[in-house]
Amino acid sequence: MTIEILMPALSPTMEEGTLSKWVKQEGDKIVAGDVIAEIETDKATMEVEAVDEGVLGKILIAAGTANVKVNTPIAVLLQDGETAADAVAPAAPKAVEAAPAPVAAAAPVPAQPKVEALADPAIPAGTEFVSTTVREALRDAMAEEMRRDGDVFIMGEEVAEYQGAYKITQGLLQEFGPRRMVDTPITEHGFAGIGVGAAFTGLKPIVEFMTFNFAMQAIDHIINSAAKTLYMSGGQMGAPIVFRGPNGAAARVGAQHSQCYAAWYSQIPGLKVVMPYTAADAKGLLKAAIRDPNPVIFLESEILYGQSFDVPKLDDFVLPIGKARVHRQGKDATVVSFGIGMSYATKAVAELEKEGIDVELIDLRTIRPMDLPAVIESVKKTGRLVTVEEGFPQSSVGTEIATRVMQQAFDYLDAPIITIAGKDVPMPYAANLEKLALPSVAEVVEAVKTVCYK
Amino acid sequence: MAPRKSASASGRKSAGKAGGKDFTVGAIADFSKDEDLAAYREMLLIRRFEEKAGQLYGMGFIGGFCHLYIGQEAVVVGMQMALKDGDGVITGYRDHGHMLAAGMSARGVMAELTGRQGGLSRGKGGSMHMFSKEKHFYGGHGIVGAQVALGTGIAFANKYRGNDNVSLAYFGDGAANQGQVYESFNMAALWKLPVIYIIENNRYAMGTAVSRASAQTDFSQRGLSFNIPGIQVDGMDVRAVKAAADEATAFCRAGKGPIILEMLTYRYRGHSMSDPAKYRSKDEVQKMRSDHDPIEQVKARLLEKGWASEDELKQIDKNVRDIVADSADFAQADPEPDVSELYTDILA
Repeated sequence: MTIEILMPALSPTMEEGTLSKWVKQEGDKIVAGDVIAEIETDKATMEVEAVDEGVLGKILIAAGTANVKVNTPIAVLLQDGETAADAVAPAAPKAVEAAPAPVAAAAPVPAQPKVEALADPAIPAGTEFVSTTVREALRDAMAEEMRRDGDVFIMGEEVAEYQGAYKITQGLLQEFGPRRMVDTPITEHGFAGIGVGAAFTGLKPIVEFMTFNFAMQAIDHIINSAAKTLYMSGGQMGAPIVFRGPNGAAARVGAQHSQCYAAWYSQIPGLKVVMPYTAADAKGLLKAAIRDPNPVIFLESEILYGQSFDVPKLDDFVLPIGKARVHRQGKDATVVSFGIGMSYATKAVAELEKEGIDVELIDLRTIRPMDLPAVIESVKKTGRLVTVEEGFPQSSVGTEIATRVMQQAFDYLDAPIITIAGKDVPMPYAANLEKLALPSVAEVVEAVKTVCYK
Repeated sequence: MAPRKSASASGRKSAGKAGGKDFTVGAIADFSKDEDLAAYREMLLIRRFEEKAGQLYGMGFIGGFCHLYIGQEAVVVGMQMALKDGDGVITGYRDHGHMLAAGMSARGVMAELTGRQGGLSRGKGGSMHMFSKEKHFYGGHGIVGAQVALGTGIAFANKYRGNDNVSLAYFGDGAANQGQVYESFNMAALWKLPVIYIIENNRYAMGTAVSRASAQTDFSQRGLSFNIPGIQVDGMDVRAVKAAADEATAFCRAGKGPIILEMLTYRYRGHSMSDPAKYRSKDEVQKMRSDHDPIEQVKARLLEKGWASEDELKQIDKNVRDIVADSADFAQADPEPDVSELYTDILA
């Protein structure tokens, strides 16, 4: 019986990839361990090794095919005595030939829904928009700021020669060279401290953490050294530094790699905390963060990296830190979210719209300083509030919002606030349990109905 | 004995006994009269300042933690004599001496200790947190060992900018056991950063003797696995410190990377004002004071060489006491920070 070779998943979040090259051709004899093809994911180009032995009977997916879904049969391996005639192609693979934009949505977060975002007031009418992934937007932001200011440099693990563990810094070594693209050893505590020390002298480091989970090793320098020095020095000396990297859950990477730090850092005076959802916000806010004279925690999401959004084509698109964005106007209830949480919120809002519930969706964008006036203004209009985030529920960003709204807009509330967060458990590995541990669109829909008494 | 690299061009290896039973002398700088007089005055300023700080603490004018530098004065004074403008300095919490040596004003330091508006951090930093952009003094850090990575970052910035300034990162025998120290050593050696790691081995990490906390008590060898050369220095002799400082700064400025100076020194007072120092004998302290005091060594030399008379030294002492008294008066009379200061300097 012939063996189907399937498109492999080469990273926790990979759903599809480009079959860039066949190393073996039809008729070639293959032994286990042979490199048979090369696959390009959004992170890297990987070699595919054969697991079984035989003869490459038929290639099902031609070299150069983009958007090949994981588990699509890509070739047929013949065993002893079999011929190419035995290699009957299965049902046509669902690969999309050379589609210009990647199909969005990575598990387990639902696809980006078609909720129309309001035009950001900072963008002039008539501006052209370009579909851009969050990954590209982050890179463009850093490249633009590095061209603009020679004091800006990037340091972190695999940022330079490897082109970024998540390909965020792709091409930057080639443009800016090793002086400004600094590969570090695996030593978060140490290089965070070196970054802060350099920032004390006026340089503007961008410190990339491969993920924010690893930044717990460095949290002393982030808080005690970076955030507090301006105050402790009576305003003489501060740290103009950006700490950035993926935060929160990716997909099935387990408890130690799946934590959201938005609420943690949001507690610290002296820090700014930014957590964008769209590519446009990622770009405009990262540029702002790099220019900011304060330490800025910039929380990204591995799952959002590959998602595309319209980004205004402007020479210098900088957004204000500390301003929420009304993602959708509505009158029946207010939903506040940020970062990856917006994925659930946007989808839920679209479903609720079908049921006749008109939700106002606010993307907080910055967690600290928090644009509470924007939230309160909306609550005054709707009288109902639901918050959505992936982090742990106790002392969450949502509970902070709920407290402050209760204190400042109590008389406007028509229902108790509901705060949706991740469950109060370490992140489980099993797919079903992980899904349960994270918020869901259904939870958001139900919460909005509850606050609307529907 | 494991090979210890020396930065010396001549291959000289300075000796010393870990645990500080002895202060075997390495290279000694040949001080001129002016240098000896300057060292005497600077060390005396720190000594008198710290004595006054201790007194004000006892009177309740200074609160919280107050870590005095008495006994260790030769270290910062000797190091400072080898620096040039733009060289950065960073240290831990026992920092008053470092700030005075860096040229920060006695009034500013003392008023910070009393938490007044005229303090270097406008009363918001305290004993452990003072900074001076002008003097390239980067604090003043209360988390043991943090200044080592930060100081390495200051050296990174010097290299990034392509200047030939060096960074001095002071830390103690206690901090030398922190993990980030070795993370910093690794990167400093890897990237050849111009940083001088000055380990002030005063024999006790708070109340824990070096031998009870350190598997390798020769701190000059702590960089061996990173190929960072180390020199043990008699930290009670300002000339020995200056000689080591000259060697280290030349090494760093030549682009050869980091270097470690282990300063064998001793603090006469407790770890902080609230430490009764019962972990060591009074005899031990007394022997150190009578046999190795850094200030008395210079004083004896000045008199012996006829570079100063008793009267001239008394005059120096009086001038120093005047500066300290003035700083103490200022620090008690200066008002507390305005309440509006509570919410300033949080964000730039």
